[in-house]
Amino acid sequence: MRELPGGSTQLFIGLHLIHEVTSPQAFSALNEKNLEVKFPNLTVATVDHIVPTSNQQRPFSDPLAEEMLSTLENNCKTHRIKFHGIGSNSQGVVHVMAPELGLTQPGMTVACGDSHTSTHGAFGAIAFGIGTSQVRDVLASQSLAMNKLKVRRIWVDGTLQKGVYAKDLILHIIRHLGVKGGVGFAYEFAGPAIEKLSMEGRMTICNMAIEGGARCGYINPDETTFKYIKGKEYAPQGKDWDRAVSWWKSLASDSKAIFDDEIKLDGSSIEPTVTWGITPGQGISIKETIPNPDLLPINEQQIAKDACKYMNLKPDEPIEGKSVDVCFIGSCTNGRLSDLQEASKIVKGHTVATGIRAFVVPGSQKVAKEAREKGIDKIFLKAGFEWREPGCSMCLAMNPDKLEGRQISASSSNRNFKGRQGSANGRTLLMSPAMVAAAAINGKVTDVRNFLQD
Amino acid sequence: MTQEFPKGAIKSIQGRSFVIRGDDIDTDRIIPARFLKCVSFSALGDQVFADDRNELKGNHPFDLVHNKGANILIVNDNFGCGSSREHAPQALMRWGIRLIIGESFAEIFFGNCLALGIPCLTSSKEVIAKLQNLVEKNITHTWHFDLKNLSFSNQKETVKLDLDEGPYNMLFTGKWDATSQLLDADEKIYITAKNLPYLNNFESII
Repeated sequence: MRELPGGSTQLFIGLHLIHEVTSPQAFSALNEKNLEVKFPNLTVATVDHIVPTSNQQRPFSDPLAEEMLSTLENNCKTHRIKFHGIGSNSQGVVHVMAPELGLTQPGMTVACGDSHTSTHGAFGAIAFGIGTSQVRDVLASQSLAMNKLKVRRIWVDGTLQKGVYAKDLILHIIRHLGVKGGVGFAYEFAGPAIEKLSMEGRMTICNMAIEGGARCGYINPDETTFKYIKGKEYAPQGKDWDRAVSWWKSLASDSKAIFDDEIKLDGSSIEPTVTWGITPGQGISIKETIPNPDLLPINEQQIAKDACKYMNLKPDEPIEGKSVDVCFIGSCTNGRLSDLQEASKIVKGHTVATGIRAFVVPGSQKVAKEAREKGIDKIFLKAGFEWREPGCSMCLAMNPDKLEGRQISASSSNRNFKGRQGSANGRTLLMSPAMVAAAAINGKVTDVRNFLQD
Repeated sequence: MTQEFPKGAIKSIQGRSFVIRGDDIDTDRIIPARFLKCVSFSALGDQVFADDRNELKGNHPFDLVHNKGANILIVNDNFGCGSSREHAPQALMRWGIRLIIGESFAEIFFGNCLALGIPCLTSSKEVIAKLQNLVEKNITHTWHFDLKNLSFSNQKETVKLDLDEGPYNMLFTGKWDATSQLLDADEKIYITAKNLPYLNNFESII
C-alpha cells in the first residue's frame, strides 16, 4: 500500500484467519481503543487449539477452554465475523479448514495469529503468522506494518521414492538449511518434485517453512492449484472463475525471476526421515544413526548434547527400532485426507502393537466426513487406533490430549520442542503419517517401506 | 510488577541484566502451551519459563534472588523460535523484562517484542559471549542502553549493538505501536481493497 515512516511497508491483508488462542486479547485491545473491525467480511474464525477431541459436547468439561470458545463466539457475533464453530460442518484446524473452503487463493495476502499460517503459501499466496498485537492491527486496519523479505528458491529435482512423502522432504530441507536458515527469507519451493505434489503435500511443505525459520513458504500456482480450488464453497464461480485463473496464472514467478538465494537438491535420494532431537532441524534418515555431537559443526554441538540427554538417546545408536509409547496422526501439517489415506494403507490388515496408544485426529469436520465415507475410520478402528473429533490435539496439547511423564511419541505434527506435547519431559519423534502408522503397528520406529513391498 | 509497561519513544533503558544461555530457545519453553488457556495476558508474568524453572528447582535465572528486579536479558542464537504466540514476549514483559540482547532472534518473536516496545538488539557471537560473562561476573551492575548510539555499557565496558533502521526509527519516534499509524492511511486502505482482483470479482485485472 505505502511505505511507513519507519521504513516498513503497510501491507493490505486479503484474508485474516482467527482462532480462540491469539484473538481474545486483540479484541479487548480493540474495544479499549474504541475501534471497529474495518472489514468484518475479510476475517474468518474457527476454533481448534483448545477443543477436546473425545467429547465436543458444550459446555466443554474444561472451564478455561469453554471460556475461550465462548469469548470467540461473542467477539465474532459483536463484530459480525463469520465463525465456523463447534457443531458446524466446516470447523477444523484453521490451516486445514480455510483451504478446503476455498478461502485461500493465489495472489492473496493471508495473515493469522499462528506461525503455521505459512501453509497457505502452497496456493501461491503470501501468508505468514503474526502476534496478537498484529491481530489487533489487522482487525482495526486490515493491514500490517511489514518488512520486505528476501526470497530463497529451493529447487527439488526428481521424484520422491515410494514411502517418501512431503513430510520427509521438508524435514530433510530443514535438516540441511537449519532451523534459523530461513530467518529474513520467504522460501519458494519449486522444481519437478514439488510440481508433482498434490495440494495437500504442498501444504505440508509450506506449513513447516516456519520450522526452518522462514516466515513464509510459497509455491507457484498451477493447474494442480486451480483444480483443487474449483468448486469449493468460496471459490470464484462462472465468469469470475475464468478471470481469476488468468490472473492467478500471471502471478507465478517465471524463468527470468531473480532470487536472493537459490538452493538445489535431489528429491529422489531422500529417504524416510525422522527427528531424533528437540528441534525440527534434528532429523536423520531412517537408516542413519543418532549423530555424535562432537562430530557436528561447532554451533550445533551444544544443542545436540542437550537433545541426546533430553531424549535419552546415545550417539551412533540407530533410530530404527527405537520403542515408542504414543502414536499421533493429525495436525495442520498432516491431518488432511490424503495423510489419513496413506497411513490407512499401512495400517490395513494389521493391529496396533500391545501397550501402544495410537490415535487419529482428522484436521477438520470435512476431512472426518470424507474419511468416514471412504471407510478410513473403520480401518484405523479395526487396527486398534482411536478415531477422534477434529482439532489441534496433541500437536501442542492445549486440550486433554497429552503425553504423560517421559513418554515418547511418534507424531505427524510439526514441533519436537521440549515439553511440546503436554508433558514437561515428554519426547517427540516427528515423521510422516505413514511412518507413524508403521511405528504404531511395530511399537517402534520402523521403515515404512517394509510395509510397501508387494 | 510495579514497573510500567513501555510507552512512547524508547531511547534508553537502564537496569540490571541476567543471562539465559542456549541456542534455539523456542516460545513453547518461554511460555508452555497450557498457560495459553486465557483470555487476558495479565497472569503470564509468573509463568515465564515455567517448565525450565520447575526442573531447576529455584536455580533458574528467573528464580535467582539477585535477578529480582533486573530488566535486561542476554540470550544466544535464534531466541524465540517456533510458535507465534505473543504470550511469550508478554510473559517476559510482565515478569519485568524491557530489553533483550542476543546473537539473533526469530522473526515473529522480534516483531511481537517490537509491538510491545521491547527492543531486541543483536551482536556477534563473540560479543554476546563476552557480554554474558561480564554480566554473570557483575550481577549487581547497572547497565545502560542508549538507542541513539546503539551502545550498552556499565561503568567500565561498552559494547556496540545492531538494530535495523526500521525498528530503530519506530522505537526512536515512539511509533512502535502500529495501529494508529496504519489507520492514518484510511483512504488508501479502501482504495486498495477496491482494486484488489480477489475483492472485486476479478474485474480489475488487465
